[in-house]
Amino acid sequence: MSLWSRVVNVFREDRLSREIEEEFQSHLEEAIEQGRDPEEVRRAFGAALRLREESRDARLIPWLDSLRADAIFGWRQLEKNRVASAAAILSLALGIGACTGAFRLIDALLLRPLPVAHSEQLYALARQGIGPEGKPQTFDGWAYPDFQLMRAAVRDQVELIALSYSDRIDLTYGSDQEFEKAYRQFVSGWMFGSFGLRPALGRLFTESDDVKPGGHPYAVLSYDYWARRFGKNSKVIGRTFRMDKNLYQIVGVGPENFTGTEPGTMTDIFIPTLMHPGAVHRDWTWMRTLARVRPGVALEPLAAKLGSVSRAFEMERAKGFTNMPKKELEDLLNLKLVLLPAAAGVSDLQTDYRRPLAALAVLVALVLLIACANVANLMTAQAAARAREMALRVSIGAGRRRLVQLVLVESAWIAFLAAALGGVFAWWAAPLIVSMLNPPDTPVRLLLPADWRVLGFGLILTVGVTLLFGLAPALRALAIQPASALKGGEDPHARRRLMHALVGLQTAFCFLVLFVAGLFVATFERLSHQPTGFSADRVLTLETDTESPQSPDNWEQVAEHLRALPGVERAVVALSTLLAGWSWNNFISVNGAPVNGVLAYMLSASPGWIDAMRIPLLAGRDFGPYDTYPGSAIVNPTFAKVYFNGENPVGKSFDVVFSENPHLRFTVFGVVGDVRYRDMREPILPQAYFPFRGLDARGALVSRSSAVFIVRTSSPNPMAMASILRREVARARPGFRVSNIRTQQEINESHTLRERLLARLALFFGLVALLLAGVGLYGVLDYSVIQRRREIGIRMALGAPAAHIARQVTTEVSFTVFAGALVGLALGMAATRYIESLLYQVKATDASMLAVPSLAILVAALLAALPPVVRAVRTDPLTVLRSE
Amino acid sequence: MPKPDSLQGSLDLLVLKVLSRQPRLHGYALMTAIQARSGEVLRVEEGSLYPALHRMEEAGWIRAHWVTKDNGRRSRLYELTPEGKKQLSAEESRWLAVTAAVNRVLRTG
Repeated sequence: MSLWSRVVNVFREDRLSREIEEEFQSHLEEAIEQGRDPEEVRRAFGAALRLREESRDARLIPWLDSLRADAIFGWRQLEKNRVASAAAILSLALGIGACTGAFRLIDALLLRPLPVAHSEQLYALARQGIGPEGKPQTFDGWAYPDFQLMRAAVRDQVELIALSYSDRIDLTYGSDQEFEKAYRQFVSGWMFGSFGLRPALGRLFTESDDVKPGGHPYAVLSYDYWARRFGKNSKVIGRTFRMDKNLYQIVGVGPENFTGTEPGTMTDIFIPTLMHPGAVHRDWTWMRTLARVRPGVALEPLAAKLGSVSRAFEMERAKGFTNMPKKELEDLLNLKLVLLPAAAGVSDLQTDYRRPLAALAVLVALVLLIACANVANLMTAQAAARAREMALRVSIGAGRRRLVQLVLVESAWIAFLAAALGGVFAWWAAPLIVSMLNPPDTPVRLLLPADWRVLGFGLILTVGVTLLFGLAPALRALAIQPASALKGGEDPHARRRLMHALVGLQTAFCFLVLFVAGLFVATFERLSHQPTGFSADRVLTLETDTESPQSPDNWEQVAEHLRALPGVERAVVALSTLLAGWSWNNFISVNGAPVNGVLAYMLSASPGWIDAMRIPLLAGRDFGPYDTYPGSAIVNPTFAKVYFNGENPVGKSFDVVFSENPHLRFTVFGVVGDVRYRDMREPILPQAYFPFRGLDARGALVSRSSAVFIVRTSSPNPMAMASILRREVARARPGFRVSNIRTQQEINESHTLRERLLARLALFFGLVALLLAGVGLYGVLDYSVIQRRREIGIRMALGAPAAHIARQVTTEVSFTVFAGALVGLALGMAATRYIESLLYQVKATDASMLAVPSLAILVAALLAALPPVVRAVRTDPLTVLRSE
Repeated sequence: MPKPDSLQGSLDLLVLKVLSRQPRLHGYALMTAIQARSGEVLRVEEGSLYPALHRMEEAGWIRAHWVTKDNGRRSRLYELTPEGKKQLSAEESRWLAVTAAVNRVLRTG
């Protein structure tokens, strides 16, 4: 027989025992038949029980058998205390599930290596220093000519790879009526080879696909896109599509698991970098640079070398800057080049969510610890009830190791059941949270595989949790003194002290979680109630492209067509949308004075835009139909303050200073209220608005191939008009095509998504923590009341009033809760340092920030204490004393 | 009476040897066979025999199967496996080497 048969025998142990018994029986009979004395034979067998054990142990694996027996016994224990066990399992499940879910997210976004060869050798090139807005910044954007110089300089040491920021674009496989969206990324032709990737179909790019600017109209599809869009049709090779006026041919499909280099965005279409129009421009920073650094190459000298090449490039470029302030120029040249590890890829989502996810992970870990404390208290209380049983086991010869095993197996039952439930919770929750990371318009797409990394984490967590709450009772079992335990004389205070310490810990963690949740909720509240300065109600934005550039008159004509539609209150055309992530800035010079280093932010729009956006006109007038850019401007009060010393600017002039062009002169026609231009958190920017009607240097009208129609509808649900407007734009003039429709409301809300997510999740976990801590407090109080029944009975018999009893029961616990809350407060104060960047107009020292968690804990503690106190006060001295 | 298991490992050897001569014996028969062949000198205790049998069965030296006797009761018969045969010859030569050595010591004394 083999090891396997011994394992099997563990699980058919009944049959095994029966067989051994039968064999002995047959032996006895045989012996008696042979005429031996039955008594003597039986004696010869010795202790039948021991013999059977020995034979059994020979035929199975003893430790596995004892584990099995303990598992069954543990299960029966759980069944015996069904309510308590279910509560323990559920609260742990929530904790383990939340932790595993958080790990899934963090792993997928920040830790998981890209599925490429030697991802640990990848670094992203970035520059650190003072940005154009005078603040310390890190940016990873590069100009392609700069990239080429750097690549040539370090060619023999490292390989540099250019990757554009993945963007969502329109393309069509057929006619102009069938445009669709896809995520596109420009990549160096040699990227696939360097990453060691193999095509699933056709071929991938090589170095020779990235040689001549505009000369390689080829595309590689990602596997995911190929499966989604084409149902894995192999005839896709050779098909063409139109995008940005170019006709591209599909040459291959990438490997199955490769979805680009930006966690959070799955690239659909890869294009060679030299097809990007910016590839030949020295001042377009449109791509990231990755370096594959072979082992043994030192990072510091490499960064220094790359930095000096890049600085030389910028200095060469700066020779053309005639108008740049000296300070800006110095900042630009003082940037320090750094190499940031990029094994897990690089994306803005990582930057945005690194800290929030870390904060959330800490919150869920605290919730898990609170749950663990609950279970530990439950087990301790049960251990008290079972002290005699344990002592009995020791007295009749159970090994102490076996006792520890017994207790740990019981803990493991709870932990593994909770882990299974928690796994289901994590399975459901992680994708839900991913869907909340971005606006529905541009959803985050993140691979969330449940592989060995996640399972391993769950397993380690479960084992850790088992030890965390099972070890104390197990060690107690180890130290059991049968003699004193059987006499019922074990020190009950030691146990109660442990339980109280755990309640204190729970209170501290609960306070911390509630406190941080309060900060996040307040941040979200304040940010989402920030006035924007304009009204987003019923406003639709229609991003529109044209086949060929169209004159401002044609754009205006389409807007006029829209205005005539029923249900449309206002319709204007603008270069872009407020708060949509687009910005245009320049330096300003007044009366030929040197620029002051503060950037002004600009937007051009057709007459009526102010009215359509409901921005109040404070002085002067709106543009007329024949006002032009350059020439006319409307500014905001911040602009007047920064450039005109707060004087009324109407009628005055200023110059817009371009780094490589002559100045353009504008006269201020009007002043409008301050609005949020780019972001909800930063101070109001100096802003200038220009007419959409632009003239070039020769005085000819400037044609545009993309702009935004801003439409205020009369219907409270503007999206209901989306399809009509889309159709009417195309009908108004041939060649006009709406590529994207969003409500202004949605655009505004996208600025508080992160805060909303944090606030919601933190609030949820805060409530869970409060509930768990409340249950824990209740359990401990209840236990201590039961334990002190005799004492309470005697006191009442001696005439103690109810109030006295209630105080007696709660004094110790009140002190613990109070101390716990203080510790939690201290922890919270210490923690704010790490989450400060996530907060907005909220201070940890605000009285209300402290009052809310304190009150919540107070109320929860009162509610939790009420039933045990009532029970204590209602103790009937007669019954208690009689039962003893 | 000396017990065979007072000499380390000799019980296994005896059982294997008996089974190699007389396959298909049950426990009681094995016991009596050892007793008879040793000229009533060696007596195996039940308390030692059965754990040893079960251990050897686990080790794969012997195998067992149930047969139903005329009276309707079942008994468990043991026989040698090929592996058991190898084990037997190994044990036998080990035993001979040990006893020869012991004898040498006795003679020199």
